[in-house]
This record gives sequence, structure tokens and C-alpha cells, in this order.
Amino acid sequence: MAIQEQLKKMILDVLPDVDCVIGWGPGPDPLRGSPFFMRKPEDVESFMAGPMAVQNPALFLPEYKGKKVGVVVKGCDSRSVVQLISEDLIKREEVVIIGFPCDGVLDVAKVENALASHGEPGEITAVEFSGGEVKVTLAGNTHSLKFDDVKADKCGRCAVPNAVMSDFFAGIAREASGVKDDYEDLAALEKMSLEERFAFWENEMSRCLRCYACRNACPMCVCRDHCVASSRIPHWISQADSTRDKLMFQVIHAVHLAGRCTGCGECQRVCPVGIPVLLLKRTLSKGVTELFDYAAGMDTESKPPLLTFQVEEATIKERNW
Amino acid sequence: MSVLNESNNGKELRIVGFLCNWCSYGGADTAGVGRFTQPTDLRIVRLPCSGRVNPLFIVKALLNGADGVLVSGCHPRDCHYAEGNFYARRRLEVFKRLLPTLGIDPRRFEYTWVSASEGQRWQKVVSEFTQQVHALGPAKFVADAPEFDVLKVCAE
Repeated sequence: MAIQEQLKKMILDVLPDVDCVIGWGPGPDPLRGSPFFMRKPEDVESFMAGPMAVQNPALFLPEYKGKKVGVVVKGCDSRSVVQLISEDLIKREEVVIIGFPCDGVLDVAKVENALASHGEPGEITAVEFSGGEVKVTLAGNTHSLKFDDVKADKCGRCAVPNAVMSDFFAGIAREASGVKDDYEDLAALEKMSLEERFAFWENEMSRCLRCYACRNACPMCVCRDHCVASSRIPHWISQADSTRDKLMFQVIHAVHLAGRCTGCGECQRVCPVGIPVLLLKRTLSKGVTELFDYAAGMDTESKPPLLTFQVEEATIKERNW
Repeated sequence: MSVLNESNNGKELRIVGFLCNWCSYGGADTAGVGRFTQPTDLRIVRLPCSGRVNPLFIVKALLNGADGVLVSGCHPRDCHYAEGNFYARRRLEVFKRLLPTLGIDPRRFEYTWVSASEGQRWQKVVSEFTQQVHALGPAKFVADAPEFDVLKVCAE
């Protein structure tokens, strides 16, 4: 992997000037990578980019505000970094961005589903990527899966495989697939009647454990310990195990991300019970794009649309009573 | 209003109105002083400015049993705080797009501008919005947690 070697070299070059470099390393099992904090040159040995680099390392940047850090980013992660900079949540001069051309990342749930009949996910002993195929060794047998079938949904509609902004870039920028994001996932929901959609959310949210993994994995959720979901005054959501409060939390998350969400999909990926929470955020992103022709995290100069206004709004048709 | 009550078996619905202190609340008062008849389904919450309206107020109301939510502020360019309603307009317009995805009819939520002198306009807004919500009927809302039902049984 030439790009991986180039990236390691860049990280080693950057390392003396920064507190740490955030990237990806080996995870708890062969199917999973994990966020990885490199502080010493020997740490860089186990760095890995590629299809297992699923997590969004931009998540950790606000914690390091005031210190200089390096971060290795995929295209989608770089949008989060850009959005954080444009909202002044991190400082441009405090972060060294290392980009690389991303070929898409693995959706672990899809692999587990595809191999469900062959054994438990815990029995996976090796995973290998070669030429558009994923070879998974499970309970002693090797199964071959097409990478396109098991890659994350967001990669199928990816328009930014390369970092939007970077100080160093490994390899040659990859052409975007040219696939336009047609909000296929939302279209499926829009086929349902309003009652069916309401029932859909009631059913989906009834599974919610309120673990708040969606919030904790969100690079734009920077309030951390001061989240309104945990506030008692005002008491936005109660401690009751009610679907209403669970749905309310998801709406809070979506509303707070309106015009800020870059669609990295971490909230949905980390959900332990597989609730499609990204749909709510995508609805609002779609609205923001249509109304204000704005996509979050594409450049640091443009102002988030909800933090500004125009006296005459060309796109807003107000109701004429 | 007799016409409205007939459409829903004489039952009132619950509509929450978030009104800015300087224009719409005054407008509602003007309508009252002028003795314009209005439907009585609307419960008014007075806020300093339409810019104070957090979209979460609206969801919280709708998920907890309100059948409709009306937000009203000063006309654009007339905001007491110069630009509060400009921000509100963008925020509410974006928020409105979320309702259909949640399975809530977007007609249950409207935002508009009424000035303090427009008593007649206020009457029109309230009547039309109430009619609109009555046409949709009572809203579904997410039921309480199961343990609440148990508590209710215990209390009995």
C-alpha cells in the first residue's frame, strides 16, 4: 500500500511539531479499525488508512483546542474539520490536516449480515482487501464479498473522496464517482404516508437505549457535558423510558445540526440498535441546500446560513393569509 | 365559533401560539379590544421576540399533544430588536421541512407576521389557522412510557 507508506512518512514528519496525530489503528477485532492517537514515532508503525478507517477523527479535535494536533482525514472527515474551523470551534493554525484519496470504507454491519448464516462475528479471524473484494475468514472458512456490496451507504453517494482542505496530501487526488446525491434514502421514507412515517419513527425509536452514542460520535456535537438533553432546567426530556422522549432527543440532535451537519453518518453507524437517525439530519441538510444553496463543511469562509439572514429572502415563500 | 366546532363534533383542539411581545401579542390584544370574534382553541405563550422561538418549542408542543402550533412576530424590517425575526424566518423555514419526515403534517405548524395595529388581520390568521388544524383533526402523539400507565393503575 503505497499511500499508507506515504501517509506514515508524513505523520512522522509532522509528529515533532504537534501534541499527537489522530488517525486509525488496529481495532478490537480483525473487522474493525479504531481511532488511534500517535504520540511517539514507534506508534506510527501500526497506523492504517484504507477501508477500515471508518471513524471520523474530527470528533476529537475540539477537545484539543489550544494544543496543536495533526489529523489524518478522509474526504468526509475533512468536511467536519472545515465546518469546525468555520464555526471557530477549532483554530486553523492549531490543526495540521493530512489528506489522502479515499476509496470508501467498510460497513461492518453489512459484512456481519452477509455472513450471518456462516457463524458469529466474533469468529472472524482475518480480513483482507484485494481488487474490489473483501476476503473474510470466519470460523476457518474464507468468504469473498464484493467491496461495493459491503461499503458504507455514504460512500455510494460520495462527492468528496479527497480532503477539501489539507496541509499535506498523500498520493494523487481521486476523481469523485460523479454520482449525484439524490436522497434515495429519504425518497424511500417519502413513499410512506404521514401516518406510516409516524408509526415508523415510533417503532424505530422504541428500540432506542438512550446510550447517546449518536451524540458522542458526532463531530459537530461540541457541547459535551452541557448538552440540553441532560439539563434539568429547562427539562427538555424526562428520564422516563418513553418513545416520546427518545424521539424528542433525536429531533434535538437534528435541529441543533441544521445547516451544520456534513453527513458523515457517524451517528447512524454507531447506533447499537440500528436506528436510521441520519434520515432526520439529511432532511434538514436537504432543506438547507435547497433554500440557501449551502453545503456544510466545504469552505471555511462561507457563513452557516442559520447564523445570518437576508432582508429579502429570495427562496422563502411566506404564507399569505 | 360555531362553524369550527361543528367540524370537530363541538370539540376544541389544542393550538399553541408563540407570539412576540411587541407586535403579535399587541395585535391579539387589539383584536380583543376591538371585540373581533375569534376561535378559542389557541393558547398564547408570550415571548420577547419571534427570534426567541426555538424550533424545539414547536416539536415539544407537537409531540406532547398540541394539535397545531402558530408562531407570529413583527413584520420583517419591523422587529423591535431590529433583526430577530430575520433569523426566525430562516430557522422556522428550515425546521418546517423536518415535520413531514417525522410523520407530522406540516400544516399543523405555521409562522406569520402580525403587527400591533392589525387586529383584523390577527382575527383572520387565527380563524384560518384554526380552521386548517380542525380540517386535519386531532394530532397523533407519542404515547407515554409504559411505566406511566402502571403508575396510573397504582394511583387508582
